Amino acid sequence: MTQSRLRAGFALFAALVLAIGVAACGGDDDDDGDGGGDTSANLIEENPDNNGVQVTVGSKNFTEQYILGEIYAQGLEAAGYDVKTQLNLGSEVIALRALEDGEIDAYPEYTSTALTSFFKTPPEDVPANAQQAFEDSQSEFEAEGLTAYPPTPFSSANAVGLLTSTAEDLGVSTISDLEGESQNLTLYGSPECRQRVDCLVGLEDNYGLQFEKFVPVDIGLRYEVLDKGQADLSILFTTDAQLSESDKYTILEDDKELLPAGNVLFVARTETADEAGPDFGETIESVQSNLTLEVMQELNARVDIDKEDPAEAAEAYMKEFGYIE
Amino acid sequence: MTVLAFLDAFTGALEFIFEGQQAGIAGRGTVGGLDQIGDLTLDHIEVSALALAGSLLLAMPVGMWLGHRGKGELLAVAIGNAGRAVPELALVAFMVAFVGVGLVNLTIALLILGIPPILTNTFVAIRQVDRDAVEAARGMGFSEAGIVARVELPLSVPTLMSGVRTAAIAIIATATIGPIAGVVTLGDLILGRNVYGDDGVLAGAIVVALLALVVELSLAGVQWLLTPRGVRLQRAPAGA
Repeated sequence: MTQSRLRAGFALFAALVLAIGVAACGGDDDDDGDGGGDTSANLIEENPDNNGVQVTVGSKNFTEQYILGEIYAQGLEAAGYDVKTQLNLGSEVIALRALEDGEIDAYPEYTSTALTSFFKTPPEDVPANAQQAFEDSQSEFEAEGLTAYPPTPFSSANAVGLLTSTAEDLGVSTISDLEGESQNLTLYGSPECRQRVDCLVGLEDNYGLQFEKFVPVDIGLRYEVLDKGQADLSILFTTDAQLSESDKYTILEDDKELLPAGNVLFVARTETADEAGPDFGETIESVQSNLTLEVMQELNARVDIDKEDPAEAAEAYMKEFGYIE
Repeated sequence: MTVLAFLDAFTGALEFIFEGQQAGIAGRGTVGGLDQIGDLTLDHIEVSALALAGSLLLAMPVGMWLGHRGKGELLAVAIGNAGRAVPELALVAFMVAFVGVGLVNLTIALLILGIPPILTNTFVAIRQVDRDAVEAARGMGFSEAGIVARVELPLSVPTLMSGVRTAAIAIIATATIGPIAGVVTLGDLILGRNVYGDDGVLAGAIVVALLALVVELSLAGVQWLLTPRGVRLQRAPAGA
């Protein structure tokens, strides 16, 4: 071959290699694109119409609530609303009052808590079906001028928990097993537990248990009091990270179905929801759609065990599922 | 407008104290009423008395000793000032990590509150006793302990008791944060708004204030009884 043809040959070969390389990389991009394609559908688009609509998102006073509040707030913010947060309000009664007074515009509430605490439904009548519980709650809330949005995938319930070693020593696996033992046991729970039927009131009335002492403590301390040996029993949540991460703690089976599980409903003032337009409900339902039990437990774990900031954990969730970038 | 609102709130609180009310939207049964208020008041007094007794036991001997010897003025005053600066609520929260919740936690916090005024006032009280009286007693052959017990202490009652009264009131007022440490006192009415309602909050505040007043007057009476007649006359206005 002549030198010019050789050169042409090499050039062609080089171009071919380059082309294959680009195609290969492009192919990778396409794969990423496909994977990203599933979540890129979730990406919240900012709607300029929403600018200027003030929304204050509240929450109750424990980890799961902080995370939920942050998720909803970040979602609404991405949609263009002017979002303020007022997390850590207090118990459900305080949160509801803040909502009704207009101090906040919305907060996440559990169907079980709403039905038993606000609307006086006996716990055994709380529907086990999430959709039914949602509809019951929704109509009750509507009468109060509040709009409840469809439920999250996960549900949570109160639980009577103790150290696994204590459970083994006492030989108990259900709450009814505590009969005869409970008068020697101390129970630690939130202050409002003393007034809630899916808490101390129900344990005393429905299960007929008398405890040696009930001590009101901050919800955030519910595992610490067990660790320190101060509490024999503590009121825990079924979505707690500490339960899924280790065998150190056991929850007693709720054989009399006193402690109903509740999915989370985002409850908003109807006037705010109307003012906010259709993006409001759409954004809410979208951001919560990936909150399965595993995901919620993982988020709880990041905050309670890894000591991450709830806002950070929420942001990680939002990015992971492609709601924000 | 606001006067009416105030009166309305006040009558609500009085109703809460004497009759009790239907528990709030999340509640079951009645809250308030003389029984419950009485129980809470007793719990509150118990917790306060424990802390006050502890403060007296720890601070008074030290204050008397230092005052009698005339040493450690800087220490006594410094502790007095530092103690007043301690943020009780933060202290309780901080101690939860080490001691956990419960009476021990709360008592430590209240001791840190009660010891400084007693220590400082005892020291100053003993110090300011007329040196001539002390010298005279020494001359008469009193033992050092005798001097403290029979000369310095009686003559220092007014200032000393003022320290005790300060400590007592501070302890009673601060025992209201008990529920944060898992100890149920009258503070539960104030902190547990979702359990007791708004009327409960005001009722709690009223009862705590009344309790503090009663204790203050009682201690003033004790002071009067303990003050030697000579000192009492000395302090009385001329011509009275």
